[in-house]
Amino acid sequence: MSEAAVGAPATRFWFPGASVWRQGNWILRAALIVGLGLVLITLAAPLIAPFDPTDQSLISRLRPPLGFERYKDGYLLGTDELGRDILTRCIYGLRLTFALALAGAVIGLLIGGTLGLVSGIAGGRTDDAIMGLVDAQIAIPMTLVALLILSVFGSTIEVIVFVLGLYGWEQFARILRAEVKKLKQMPFVEAARAAGAAPLRIALRHILPNVVSPMVVQFTLNFSNIVIWESTLSFLGLGVQPPTATLGSMVGTGRDYLPTAPWIVLAPAMTILLLTFAVQILGDWLRDRADVRLRSR
Amino acid sequence: MTETVLKVTDLKVAFGQFEAVKGLSLELRERETLALVGESGSGKSATALSILRLIEREGGRIAGGNIRLAQNGNFLDLAALPEDRLAGLRGNQVSMVFQEPMTSLNPVLTIGDQVSEVFVRHRGMTRKDAHRAAGQALDEVRIPEPGRRLGQYPHELSGGLRQRVMIAMALACRPKLLIADEPTTALDVTTQAEILKLIKTLQAEIGMAVLFITHDMGVVAEIADRVAVLKSGTKVEEADVFDLFQRPEAPYSRRLMAATPKLGEGSRVGAAGSETVLSVEGLSTRFQSRKRLFASREAGVLAVDNVSIRVRKGETLGLVGESGCGKSTLARSILRLIEPECGRVEIGGNVLSGLPAKDLRSSRKHAQMVFQDPFASLNPRLPVRDLVTEPARIHGVVKAGDLRDFAASLVTRVGLEEDAIDRFPHQFSGGQRQRLCIARALSVSPKLIIADEAVSALDVSIARQITDLMLDLQLRDGLSFLFISHDIAVVERISHRIAVMYKGRIVETGPCEEVLRQPKHAYTQRLLDAVPSPDPERRRLAMPAAGLEKIAV
Repeated sequence: MSEAAVGAPATRFWFPGASVWRQGNWILRAALIVGLGLVLITLAAPLIAPFDPTDQSLISRLRPPLGFERYKDGYLLGTDELGRDILTRCIYGLRLTFALALAGAVIGLLIGGTLGLVSGIAGGRTDDAIMGLVDAQIAIPMTLVALLILSVFGSTIEVIVFVLGLYGWEQFARILRAEVKKLKQMPFVEAARAAGAAPLRIALRHILPNVVSPMVVQFTLNFSNIVIWESTLSFLGLGVQPPTATLGSMVGTGRDYLPTAPWIVLAPAMTILLLTFAVQILGDWLRDRADVRLRSR
Repeated sequence: MTETVLKVTDLKVAFGQFEAVKGLSLELRERETLALVGESGSGKSATALSILRLIEREGGRIAGGNIRLAQNGNFLDLAALPEDRLAGLRGNQVSMVFQEPMTSLNPVLTIGDQVSEVFVRHRGMTRKDAHRAAGQALDEVRIPEPGRRLGQYPHELSGGLRQRVMIAMALACRPKLLIADEPTTALDVTTQAEILKLIKTLQAEIGMAVLFITHDMGVVAEIADRVAVLKSGTKVEEADVFDLFQRPEAPYSRRLMAATPKLGEGSRVGAAGSETVLSVEGLSTRFQSRKRLFASREAGVLAVDNVSIRVRKGETLGLVGESGCGKSTLARSILRLIEPECGRVEIGGNVLSGLPAKDLRSSRKHAQMVFQDPFASLNPRLPVRDLVTEPARIHGVVKAGDLRDFAASLVTRVGLEEDAIDRFPHQFSGGQRQRLCIARALSVSPKLIIADEAVSALDVSIARQITDLMLDLQLRDGLSFLFISHDIAVVERISHRIAVMYKGRIVETGPCEEVLRQPKHAYTQRLLDAVPSPDPERRRLAMPAAGLEKIAV
């Protein structure tokens, strides 16, 4: 045995998530590979996409992927009903979906998180008012509100991001409020009060770090839901407007060709699956990571 | 000649790789009470749960040995019995009473439903007969108005009554063996005394064997015939209760005895100063029962009722009383963690009453608090260096650059190693965490520390170390303590004076000796009578005639 094997590893390649790789099991490693792969694809979309996502070619429409009869050279995953390359559209669709879902989930986290934190800490009238808002959000069918907003302000990217951000914030608010209310009763928070800590210090130092775990979990759930919700909006014709591709809209339009050309739906659907899988598994790891009680083991 | 009911040989219980019980052998006879004593982690509860094979539900398994239960002249090995036959034994021949009377009853079923269930299950009675039998069972455990109780839900009953219901259910089928796992630990001393007496009386009536699990040597002395002392999963000593208390053989038993606080043992407190550190006058705190639009101010419960106390420099005032008497509310009202209704509080010359929020926060450095649950009173996400120095940081006592050195000096003052400062709370034991809580309190050099049941959640030997630490700090730094506890023996060890609280009022206050020797108030007398004394020669709880009969072992 060499000396190096005893101490710290002599060579340690560093890449984003190196520690995940070392600590994780195979499923976490798979999620890491998928996640990093998707991020790289997103960043390098114009470089790696073989075609332009909106280039149509009606002669070569509805061609199947590689390995099937009538496969057309260069169109690895086949073409859609307008003869556009599905691989290219998946890459660009992933890019947009990723960005939209991330933005939407972050906005939801910020709105819901802040309101939940304030609601839980302040209590009383403020709490009643914010929870009233949450109840209203739950009671009103969100799709109708989204339809209204999108048809009034138009389906620009900014408006879509705003609408997606409205989705699911009430869940953040509810979970955070419940956690905060529980934590407020904990002796260590009372100890901080008894030590003379100001409310802001208690919120930032004692309560916030202890609600990271449920927030991360809710974030990953919300992220996946927004991906699906975005495709719902696209399907209703109010999402990102064609010919721009998002994974959701690709699934939506491919639906009509499902019996004859299933690859139109399969490719974006698999991409959605991979994306949400990676986000959920990595989110789960992040939650454990945020907990010092689990870290030292 | 009494026959053997239970014979445990070489029992091994494991949780994963960890062996909690390492080859334990016990024998229990009819009408006999065997106490299983030990500190937390000694394997006493694991043993109890193994006998009913409930250990598998807790994630453990029986790794070896036999558990034989007498059955019609033969022995039945419970360790090897299939699950469906075990279910017929549980609650029938062997039954169990648990520690938490608050959570061992199903909150959505009436008492009658739950008790009659036992009769339906094991006696095959009809619902109607079972209900009548349940009424008798409640009567047997001396529950007043059993007929009315049958229709009530668990939350309508007090802790003591709930524990009686649990006992009624356990004894409904006249078991041969009753396993009682810390059945009185969650109860007040006066209630504990009643429950112990009840178990003893019913044992005499039914003739069952009792396996009594406890950490409290006082309870052992009151109830046991024989005692098995456990430590880390092995039996270090088994002896007749009289022999054990007079001549403990194993060094560990001796240590355990020595650590047990005994009432009337006196204390080793130093002389108190004359300067008043804490002065509370006419403090009252009311809990509003419910927010109502037109509720008068007088509505709600007066948790603290016109309390006046005084603590001098270097003095410890022990505050005793049962749960719900308002001790903790008083502590919180003094620091204005709960807003009192009226009254005046002065700590070290600073009047806290009527201060605006900002000034209140800065004057909180004169008094610090130590809480009961060492596992919940430290923020799990912060390293020790930040935890213990937090009050000092808040009040600007220490500069950011000196933080590490300051943290190190604090933890060494409470008897921990310096390298503790970079660890997290979960890496410490309960006793060590309580030391950290004290270190945190010391960081702002307060004049007064309010310790709210600070040692109640700890094992006796650890509790003794913590109270010793408090005494040392007091002797060295002239600290004053308001020491709140339900355990009078612990309070006696550490206090100069005692205040007895009952239903929100201080009913008696005076020097430690005086209050304990010549209690003036009837409630103090009642409280003192209920304290179990760790001396089997002087059992305080009146024993029923039949129960006094000594069993030849």
